[in-house]
Amino acid sequence: MRNFKRPVAIVASASFETPSEPSRNEVELLLPVIHDALGQVGLTQQDIGFTVSGSSDYLQGFPFAFVGALDAVGAWPPIRESHLEMDGAFALAEAVAVLQHGHVDTALVYAFARPSRGDLDRTLSIQLDPYSVAPLWPDARGLAGLQAQAMRDSGRFDSVPEVPPTHVADGCTAVVLAVGDRARELTKTPVWITGIDHRIEAPALGVRDLATSVSTRLAAESAGATDVDAAYLHVLYPHQELLLRDALGLNGQPVHSSAGPMMVGGLERIAAAAKAVAAGDARRAVAHATSGPCLQQNLVAVLDATAVLEGAAA
Amino acid sequence: MKTDVLTAPHSIEYTYTRSTGPMIGAFMTGLRDGKIIGVRGADGRVHVPAIDYDPVTSEDLSELVEVADTGVVTTWSWNDQPRSGQPLEHPFAWALVRWDGADTAMLVAVDCGDASTISTGAKVKARWADERTGTIHDLCCCELQS
Amino acid sequence: MSADVVDEAVPPVTVIECPTRLDFSYTPGVAQSRFLRALERGEITGQRCPKCKKVYVPPRGACSMCGVATEEELVLSGKGTITTFCTTQIPSPGLVPPYVTAWIRLDGSDITSMFLIQECDPAEVRLGMRVEAVWVEEADRKADLGNISYFRPIDEPDAEYETYKDYV
Repeated sequence: MRNFKRPVAIVASASFETPSEPSRNEVELLLPVIHDALGQVGLTQQDIGFTVSGSSDYLQGFPFAFVGALDAVGAWPPIRESHLEMDGAFALAEAVAVLQHGHVDTALVYAFARPSRGDLDRTLSIQLDPYSVAPLWPDARGLAGLQAQAMRDSGRFDSVPEVPPTHVADGCTAVVLAVGDRARELTKTPVWITGIDHRIEAPALGVRDLATSVSTRLAAESAGATDVDAAYLHVLYPHQELLLRDALGLNGQPVHSSAGPMMVGGLERIAAAAKAVAAGDARRAVAHATSGPCLQQNLVAVLDATAVLEGAAA
Repeated sequence: MKTDVLTAPHSIEYTYTRSTGPMIGAFMTGLRDGKIIGVRGADGRVHVPAIDYDPVTSEDLSELVEVADTGVVTTWSWNDQPRSGQPLEHPFAWALVRWDGADTAMLVAVDCGDASTISTGAKVKARWADERTGTIHDLCCCELQS
Repeated sequence: MSADVVDEAVPPVTVIECPTRLDFSYTPGVAQSRFLRALERGEITGQRCPKCKKVYVPPRGACSMCGVATEEELVLSGKGTITTFCTTQIPSPGLVPPYVTAWIRLDGSDITSMFLIQECDPAEVRLGMRVEAVWVEEADRKADLGNISYFRPIDEPDAEYETYKDYV
């Protein structure tokens, strides 16, 4: 997806990450971050046309935490709202699509998680095939190890790093989007999302070639991820960076990899890429987010200091 | 506002009764009988476990194929700290195993002592549970074949 | 299903059980911890929104309508008004039917909470009825909403409908 009729820009963002948040609940965690992001461009919730979030209640064991989290937004009078049980980056993709309809000009995207409250490796196993895989309770790190070994066996990588323990962190990210002239009103440095797409691979690990990331390659092609001068990659285990560099065709550009809190890290990478472009540290950056075991699903976004318009009015 | 924040142990426990559908049901029935059952896909490849729909074309699949309970490791990782609920209580290897006669691999535990004994391409044989009920646990794990 | 690979003598497997258990260390957050600590002392506390001035019980640390943090804390009297109720005719663990569950607007708060109504004939319960909290013995109190056993009627005239009509 690229060459949007209505160009969409990131106009503000804020993030918070800590190894473990022992005190604050989801609402208390999100409030200052959402207020920070909105405040950067002088907006309040009443100015936002569409609100969408990404999170998984299983991470903190609090059913319908995503509904409770709306207290941090102020959903009155009733707002247009949506939620994905996925990384917030995929919520951002939904917001970009909604902004194309033309009914709204601004969107708030946020993601939050407190996986330190449970056992992340164990919790993630319930996303697997419930018949023949989840009952074995495979730990996320063990599955990542299958991918690292497949990469070693492929002979296509010089050296594949060992798989460290799964990164556990709590936190949240909020991103404010606006279209065309509205974005230009709100900030001197809108960062345009010139392309974004996500692709998913088969859930059964045994039918995939784990030593390649076809979904990342296809998403990058669709998003037009060429001629970039920086990459912000959502990397849950170090070996995944090698696969992503390969799939994105990176060739010497600076690569900024981070895992972040589960369900937040991908949106955080998009926010970090936007900050770099807004600051002039990069002209055109690629940002990536992943979901599922062994890079099952991948999202690629291209962020540019200039809106690329091929036959469309700004 | 300074507060002594409360914490409490909190467990979520639930049991779903899941319908298997015809193909996964055949796979589970096979496990109960000590057999490994796959299904032939649209391109002729044999998928194990048996699945209802072709992963490429999404066609309905129905041609069941029994494969061997011996196979090869296609990739593996070492698990030196088994967790509650995992197939073995002592260190073991997670492996994707392609059963002889199958074209896709499935996740199993390999009981092989230590990491130095296992490698990709290693031949393995299924270890079956004494009492089998038609779940994935009927296939306890694999052992290395010399 | 091909008969050569599946033994048809025993019925095939058509369902499996999928038991799942996840363990967490739950934290209710800063605002609700303060609320629960107050209950341990025998007090019901709320928090006031700095913007719309509504008082939330229990407080969640934010005004869900305005989306702003709430910090001002106040102690409520433990008296309130029934805004609506339901009489249950079927048994429930520890409860003898018929029993009444009511939404109560605590005095000084802008949200209703659900409690049992006891020490009263269910037929007497009505909208606007004035009630008060009955606490468990001081020695048995914990940081838990279970400290309030139930609400019972008090000898006060019913509240005027105008005072609670927005909460029905």
